[in-house]
Amino acid sequence: MSTTFTTQTTGAAVAESPFAPRLARIVATEQFTPKEKWFRLVFNDGQPLGHPPMAFVQVTVFGIGEAPISVCSSPTREPAFELCVRAVGSVTNAMHKLGVGETLGIRGPFGNGFKADAHRGRDFLFVAGGLGLAPARSLIQYVLDRRRDFGRTTILVGARTPGDLLFQNDLKEWQSRPDVDTHVTVDRPAEGWTGNVGVITTLFKKVKINPSATMAVIIGPPIMFKFAVLEALAAGIPETRCICSLERRMKCGLGWCGHCQIRGVYVCKEGPVFTYEQVKRLREGI
Amino acid sequence: MLPRVLDKRSFRSCVQALLAGHSVVGPMAKGDKFVFDEIASPDELRMDYPISLLGPRKYFFPQSEAVLRYKMGDGIAIEPTALPTQPRVVLGVHPCDMAAVYLLDAVFAKDQVDPVYKARRANAVAVGLDCKKPCDDYQFCLDMGSLSRREGYDLFLTDLGDRYFVEIVTERGKALLDGATRDARPAASDDFAARQEIEEQKARNFRHKLPFDVKYLPEILDESYDSLIWEAIARRCFACGSCNITCPTCYCFDVQDEIALDLKTVTRTRRWDSCQLHEFAKVATGENFRERRSDRLRHRMFRKGKYILEDYGRMGCVGCGRCDRVCVAKISGVETYNQIAGNR
Repeated sequence: MSTTFTTQTTGAAVAESPFAPRLARIVATEQFTPKEKWFRLVFNDGQPLGHPPMAFVQVTVFGIGEAPISVCSSPTREPAFELCVRAVGSVTNAMHKLGVGETLGIRGPFGNGFKADAHRGRDFLFVAGGLGLAPARSLIQYVLDRRRDFGRTTILVGARTPGDLLFQNDLKEWQSRPDVDTHVTVDRPAEGWTGNVGVITTLFKKVKINPSATMAVIIGPPIMFKFAVLEALAAGIPETRCICSLERRMKCGLGWCGHCQIRGVYVCKEGPVFTYEQVKRLREGI
Repeated sequence: MLPRVLDKRSFRSCVQALLAGHSVVGPMAKGDKFVFDEIASPDELRMDYPISLLGPRKYFFPQSEAVLRYKMGDGIAIEPTALPTQPRVVLGVHPCDMAAVYLLDAVFAKDQVDPVYKARRANAVAVGLDCKKPCDDYQFCLDMGSLSRREGYDLFLTDLGDRYFVEIVTERGKALLDGATRDARPAASDDFAARQEIEEQKARNFRHKLPFDVKYLPEILDESYDSLIWEAIARRCFACGSCNITCPTCYCFDVQDEIALDLKTVTRTRRWDSCQLHEFAKVATGENFRERRSDRLRHRMFRKGKYILEDYGRMGCVGCGRCDRVCVAKISGVETYNQIAGNR
């Protein structure tokens, strides 16, 4: 017997891949430091990114590859969105070579982000070390753009040296605003530096914190996070109101590739924003 | 649907008929081992195989596949993703491997559907094959509950000596069978009796390898989290990733853009990756969140015994024993689970 029989194939022959980026154009850049460059982007189709504060995107440098990058601007500043990128790998180094008018691919936004509107009326204490200022800035801008929705805002920023300080125009603006208490410190001063010297935790004694009203947003290298959380807890802020954003090397952003897993948690889906109360139980988080 | 019976000669011509319209994949000999591969003739099939080196996972979730193509020129042209259309029959899938595919089905449809996986799965008819006795000393499928699972199959065969008892699990399976043979007769009482006899043999042949019910495994793992046991076992680990490559449920991957020699055509490719490799959890700023081999070993054991179960309600380990079989350091999942239970 020689019957010919074919199983019916199902579905369309093509589909939109979850790995397909949308095209975006670089409309402004600034080289912050030799290692860190800032980009402002708009989608070619004019659509907004539609992200919450502290979300991330997967950035494609065409011909090179993809890397996860925090969005450093607030959704209140749409339709443009901004990225601050440290050149460390093939994608980010290639990105540093791109300028205004060139095209990047963007997938996302990904991640839970921070639901700021659920915290209207609260004071905000930002503690941002190094490149941690990039994700923190998306929420700082959000809080400042809706100033009346939120309480007292305090911004503590730390960098290794004055030359490593990112977003210096923003720092100046925040320092000049009467409705924001901004303090900047560097680990090692340089000639002409008249500001604070010391690790970021030394700034805590310069500010007033009302622990029952304050949300502490602490973003920086793991070692900074530990000491800053300690200060926040010492000031009486509960673990559930110490927020951080965790860095992981997501390869997909879709809850599959496994690279961002902390124990059973996919940071790309359930994070990158966690409370210290969650991070503490994750154990492998920081 | 009522089961049928197909004598082995008719099974052979049935496979022959399927070959005309399908890619037919099944167990084949390779040296003194067995692999899943595409067959050209029913004679290549080794339905008596104990276990294959790799499971049939690669026919559902290939080791390497394009997830996107784009062209760089004056602008960037992103091509729509072509979906796999090849009709395929995967023959002779043992219960452990089918349980693994059933897990992958859930993974690639959780929050986001993977269109390529979905299309490939939709085009692949899975024909299971029961295990009458343990494949070797490594398996612990009985403990992991995969031995008696019937999800994911379209047809399920039990070898009754001169004939197959054919359970029809899906309409699609029925259509495949009806299209490929007219010789599958309804199962009669002696067929049911022979099938029943096999079940009873199985109950005698398979022994539990864990001293506890698998439902307690997540808790037992939790209590071991801070134990030095992970460091003790990981002393032997070479972090080679063979356990991940042979595991039928591993689905972690890496994504790379690969540019063709024309410097214009780019293929975004995902490849199986291994959580045991040193770089797996390393981030741009230099932190490595599972720096030590013991961290990575523990992570794998927790994935298989706890995290995946909590995420999907399906075991992340199906007890096939492949990771133990290939481990050059002789690290054993089932022994590890026994040891941590004994430590409590």
